[in-house]
Amino acid sequence: MHNLPILSLTLLLPAIGAVFIMFLPKDKVKFIRWTAALVTFLSLLLSLLVFIFYDRSTGGMQFIERITWIPDLGVSYALGIDGISLPMLLLTNLIGFSAVYASWHIKEQAKEFFSLLLLLITGVMGTFVTTDLFIFFLFYEVVVIPIYILVIMWGSSKRVTKEYAGMKLTIYLLIGSAFLLLGIISLYVKAYLLTGKPSTDLMFLSSLDYDLSFQIFVFALMTLGFGTLLSMFPFHSWSPDGYAGAPTAVSMIHAGVLKKIGGYGLIRIGLFILPAGAQVIAPVIAVLAICNVLYAALICISQKDLKYIVGYSSVSHMGYVLIGIAALNLISINGAVMMMFGHGVMAALFFALIGNLYEKSHTRNIDDFGGLAHQMPRLATGFMIAGLASLGLPGMVNFIGEFTIFVGAFSEYRVLTVLAVSGVIFTALYILRTLGAVLFGPRQEKWDHLQDLKGVEMVPLVILGAAIILGGFFPFTIMDLINQGATELLAHINLLNIGGI
Amino acid sequence: MFEWVLQHAWLIALIPFLAFAFIGLFLYRWPKVSAGISLFSIGIGLIMSLILLKGMANLGVSPDYEAAVSWLRMPGLTIEMGILVDGLSIVMLFIVTFIAFLVQLYSLGYMKGDPGFASYYAYQSIFAAAMLGLVLANNFGQMYVFWELVGLASYLLIGFWFGKDSARDAAKKAFITNRVGDFGFLLGILFVQIIFGTLNFGELTGEVASYTNTGGLLIVTLLLLAGPVGKSAQFPLHVWLPDAMEGPTPVSALIHAATMVAAGVYLIARAFFIFSSTSEAMQVIAFIGGFTALFAAVIALTQYDIKRILAYSTLSQLGYMVMAMGIGAMTAGMFHLTTHAFFKALLFLGAGSVIYALHHEQDIRKMGGLVHKMPITTWTFVIGALALAGIPPLAGFWSKDEILLSAYAGGYTGLYILGSLVAFFTAFYMFRLIFTAFFGEKTENHLHDGHERHEVHESPWVMTMPLLILAFMSIFAGFIGAPVTGNIFGHYIHYHGEVHHEPEIMVVVLSTILALAGIFLAWLFYGKKVLSQESLKQRLGWIYNVVFNKFYIDEIYAWLIRTFVDGSARIMFWIDIHIINRLVDLSAELTGGAGSKLRYTENGQVQTYAYYMIGGIIIISAAVLLAGLGIMQ
Repeated sequence: MHNLPILSLTLLLPAIGAVFIMFLPKDKVKFIRWTAALVTFLSLLLSLLVFIFYDRSTGGMQFIERITWIPDLGVSYALGIDGISLPMLLLTNLIGFSAVYASWHIKEQAKEFFSLLLLLITGVMGTFVTTDLFIFFLFYEVVVIPIYILVIMWGSSKRVTKEYAGMKLTIYLLIGSAFLLLGIISLYVKAYLLTGKPSTDLMFLSSLDYDLSFQIFVFALMTLGFGTLLSMFPFHSWSPDGYAGAPTAVSMIHAGVLKKIGGYGLIRIGLFILPAGAQVIAPVIAVLAICNVLYAALICISQKDLKYIVGYSSVSHMGYVLIGIAALNLISINGAVMMMFGHGVMAALFFALIGNLYEKSHTRNIDDFGGLAHQMPRLATGFMIAGLASLGLPGMVNFIGEFTIFVGAFSEYRVLTVLAVSGVIFTALYILRTLGAVLFGPRQEKWDHLQDLKGVEMVPLVILGAAIILGGFFPFTIMDLINQGATELLAHINLLNIGGI
Repeated sequence: MFEWVLQHAWLIALIPFLAFAFIGLFLYRWPKVSAGISLFSIGIGLIMSLILLKGMANLGVSPDYEAAVSWLRMPGLTIEMGILVDGLSIVMLFIVTFIAFLVQLYSLGYMKGDPGFASYYAYQSIFAAAMLGLVLANNFGQMYVFWELVGLASYLLIGFWFGKDSARDAAKKAFITNRVGDFGFLLGILFVQIIFGTLNFGELTGEVASYTNTGGLLIVTLLLLAGPVGKSAQFPLHVWLPDAMEGPTPVSALIHAATMVAAGVYLIARAFFIFSSTSEAMQVIAFIGGFTALFAAVIALTQYDIKRILAYSTLSQLGYMVMAMGIGAMTAGMFHLTTHAFFKALLFLGAGSVIYALHHEQDIRKMGGLVHKMPITTWTFVIGALALAGIPPLAGFWSKDEILLSAYAGGYTGLYILGSLVAFFTAFYMFRLIFTAFFGEKTENHLHDGHERHEVHESPWVMTMPLLILAFMSIFAGFIGAPVTGNIFGHYIHYHGEVHHEPEIMVVVLSTILALAGIFLAWLFYGKKVLSQESLKQRLGWIYNVVFNKFYIDEIYAWLIRTFVDGSARIMFWIDIHIINRLVDLSAELTGGAGSKLRYTENGQVQTYAYYMIGGIIIISAAVLLAGLGIMQ
């Protein structure tokens, strides 16, 4: 089992699928779809195997693969997985698999669509499974181009045009990654100057002693880069417009996992390599995080377009992740990773359902709807699960993340955390208003022609809904892993101060 | 047997939960099977609770069994899922399973033919499961988890007839109002975790006792208190409960008697070690409770909707219980919760029986003379009302007296007078309802949906049997806590030793006289009609209108939310579009603009490029020179 390059297989299967689809004749839409479904299914299966066979008694990086790639630069194709990246890997594949089914009805240029989608999935996954900074950045850049094409070709125009949305999304992410690149290069050069050894290995980079001002400088760059990706206030404005313009599958992947690369990068790269810099910048992040939580939650209350509601809501929820990271203790970081997982499955489910509804009704305005639970009980159930998860109801995986973050952050930032907790009221307000306006109330005859979810349309609901509820009822299955990974990470940088003690 | 049940008490909560999952996933197409599974699962819980009660009686003392598994664990934060079985939880387990069982039985008739029959039973199951999980909780974390699930279940059941806008809005209102309370509750739990490092009730008891920072303790307690204020619908978060009657009537019975609102009072009792740790917090609790008791009773005097009158009565009685907690009479508060569960469930199910017979007519002015058509419903309802009014020797008399006695003996004269006044109002509004709806003359022959009055008849046995059982309990349940039987209740449920007040004859007599006076006055107004309610209304003028409109509190809240929350939402959105987004677009335009200007520099003429080159060389040389100078210094 362990001789098999299981991570490489998981990672490259969608890419292989993408290449394979490129060679298929473009009128074989059915065959294309099933190919995409098959490779993402296999990837999901493999990541589940990794999840099951990851040895929790030893912890650390497992399933390691390493091939020297550019020896002169010290770059290796190095893969490995630990307690922090494993939930992210699982998340990517849960969403990737669901995203294929959420795009089942795409007929125009299906060939291009599915191969770009699969490429996107590989790109996102790559950032989570690598232990090499260069490879990380490479995969990160890989995702930008498919996203741009997917949005401007298959997106939809409402408040803003899809071209505007796609351009904004892309430019924003490129600017973010420019800061990141600057930070990575400085880090690489500095490490080379300190040791005389060129290397982009994360563990190596983390074992060095950088002076404080350098740490602050590079961590600030990373905060800008990763923060933009995580839609940190005031660099969030790409997010609602981008999700609104993007096709369903891209919204799912983008809000579900791509965005989480920001939070993951801040922990895995920023905090891991530059702990002293992180400690200086953290209070700034914490304050911006509260802006995220409250500002975006309030905006949600005034929104009418379902995608904008979920878009701003994801900005709001990322505030929780950010304050979890900023509190810099074991509990808060555990919570932040858990929250990323929880928000990922929840947001993906929301976008899948909204996409489905939009495809059938051609509107996303909540005022147009009402009483849909009469015609579409399954869709309504899905919306309820996603909505209740979003407002942090216990029994849903998101609650675990929120609660843990609150406990961890509370020992560090009293007032800010109280403000963050008050976000749960506003979230409940806009979520319940939305659910009420769309699903409940008198039956409207104009929607009698809408068909409820059936067949393959059920896949996103079943997969993501199950992840939300199982994670909520058995949080230890994921949290024990995260805790192990976070403990090791913090022990490595001597920052293992536990919240509340 | 008792030992086994004690150790497996978690099954009481788990089995209804499994019933919910099975109905929701597989059985929803078979309504009758779903109802059967649901009743069966709560029935097991009832039997297990009875075994626990019996075992406790045999034992002679309250058991203290605790077991738990860790659910969320990391260094510095552990949430367990556990069971804490003692006198307090055993009594609550019995109340919840008993009322839930009867309500589900009754619903077989009431909900017959409803298209959502199966999901109704699924929701009933999760409601019971969540409440039972809450009752068994051995720590604040678990308490919060089930607390919120109780809220979810009530949201689903209040909004059960989601096709009605009013039901949808009531469900939403209930959830959001509770969220406001839970915000404080959650903060309180965070404080507890940070200060004491544990959420376990047993461990906290010791920690709190040795904690000396009373200021900190007061803040924590008041934050925690926000939870019960929301859940048990105390002023100022009471607004959701009267609207919650939008749900099917059996659901109202469940919410008002055993689940949901009882959770708040139960939490105070369960965590009494922390609520009673500062006298200031206790005063706040007592005041909130007392105020709510009076405030709601006054509103109940003016309402015409049968369920609304009962809803305000629940508010008022909950105020009584909370007040009892605040004056330190935890035993009396829990005792009143117990007796109230029986007669309030009875009253709501009785009201449901009337509403069912009258095809969803709820205005008492349109009823009248029901005693001839529905004798069982009428007489059981009268028993419930007498119990609620506190007429000896019915259940409510003993528990209400216990509270009044505690207030009187504890030196809370103000609250004692207030409590007695509320008792008078209670008797009046209940018999106002009874004389109007059940006796008196029929007012109209046509019901609002076109059915004829002569079609009205008594409800089927699945509905009347629960009424009879509850009526029996409403008469006799009070004796378990009565001084005449040695207050068995207080023997098992108490905080820091049993409390014995010598029965004060003056208190007993006075409260009975007040209750009888209330009934008599109601008879003068609505039975005999020698006094005119219309002239009284006119004489009260605007005061009547303010009370009738519930002091306009709902309107004030709606206005506050519209103005401040929605208003700032729009302002924030404006800022986002016109400032933040504008800046982003502006920077893009700047880049674009700069590009279109700068492109004229690339004109393809060698001379121009030569100028740039020379200029560049000069600047770089100057920079190098300056830098060199700087180093030499």
